[in-house]
Amino acid sequence: MSQSQALIICEYCDAVYQRMPVHKHQHALCVRCGGVLYRHKSLTIQQRLALSVTGAVLLIFANAYPVMTIGMQGLSNSATLWDSVLILSIGSITFIALVMALAIIFAPVLQIALLCWVLSFAVAGRRAPGFATSMRCLEGLRPWSMLEVGLLGALVAVIKLAGLLEVIPGIGLVALAALSMLIIYIAGRDIRDLWEQV
Amino acid sequence: MSTPALADELGLCLCHGCGHACELSRHVHACERCGAPLHRRKTNAIARGWAFLVAALVFYVPANLLPVMHTEMLGSGSDSTIGGGVVEFWEHGAWDIALIIFIASMGVPAVKFFSLGLLLYTAQRRSSWACRQRSQLYRGVELIGYWSMLDVIVVALVAALVQLRGLGTIEPRAGILFFGMVVVLTMFSAMSFDPRLIWDSPGNDGGRTDGASE
Repeated sequence: MSQSQALIICEYCDAVYQRMPVHKHQHALCVRCGGVLYRHKSLTIQQRLALSVTGAVLLIFANAYPVMTIGMQGLSNSATLWDSVLILSIGSITFIALVMALAIIFAPVLQIALLCWVLSFAVAGRRAPGFATSMRCLEGLRPWSMLEVGLLGALVAVIKLAGLLEVIPGIGLVALAALSMLIIYIAGRDIRDLWEQV
Repeated sequence: MSTPALADELGLCLCHGCGHACELSRHVHACERCGAPLHRRKTNAIARGWAFLVAALVFYVPANLLPVMHTEMLGSGSDSTIGGGVVEFWEHGAWDIALIIFIASMGVPAVKFFSLGLLLYTAQRRSSWACRQRSQLYRGVELIGYWSMLDVIVVALVAALVQLRGLGTIEPRAGILFFGMVVVLTMFSAMSFDPRLIWDSPGNDGGRTDGASE
């Protein structure tokens, strides 16, 4: 089994390679199709766990505090991420509220929760209960987690409204900005390395 | 550079759940490491890819024709479509924002339709034309795929914010549902397509043809 552990298959063209060590900032490319095979492991398990806990804190801030507040002639109103999901759920377009809730709330929450779960056991050198299921969920959730799109969307909304009303960015927006970058960094494809580490 | 060995020749199969190289020799159908079912090629990749793509194209029409937002400002109401929003920004001199929205909501879906159509058509024909470039195109489609959700999020946030009784309210409209469906369906189309089919042409020796239309 140790022989096939060291083999790596290009997911884009099925070419088979022997895994070689790569240095910092390096990644291995497939010579046939040019796809990335694997990257240098930049994070240790401890670092990744620490960042996941940071992510959990940011996630609470991003969801509990308003993303922004508007004001006009003495009236003001603020909206959190959840408010923006709720507004879509009214009327005949409820389905898109589900997609939106998955993309900017549920997928990130699950990703962070699963990462914390899996990594807190991995730090002790053990596999968490439900390790395989958790890892496969993380793999499946990745394309549906769209916090970075949410961040750009919030910025566009700020500019869109700034001409008409007074717009005050909230704590939620700052947390969203930090969290969207963090999730790309800690929940990327290289979490697969955990299979070999524990 | 010599061509590397292919998984098929070595009796190996890539697990999509965890990236493990599984040996197929002992008639296993699940990955020994993570338990995910193994497929040499994704099942019915081309048929499913086309189905999702055509569905997305159908939804693209109402997504652009129907209003995505209804604005009620100081007693007067107006509907706006996605194209209308871009034009509005452009006319107000905010050409940079107009460009971002245009690229995310009109450019990206159009590029995805064209790219996925091209990939599906050439894979169906088992063409050996520009395999490397088509492989890069697929990775590009995967990368830009979900950025079109931008408009859905903008509309949702703006509508959630502008709820000032008496002064102005903004409500989402049906167009945004169809627009979101276009994004989701093109993502499904890209996920069901198997990029390894690009290399499975008769010209590439060792390439197998299962999964291609037969």
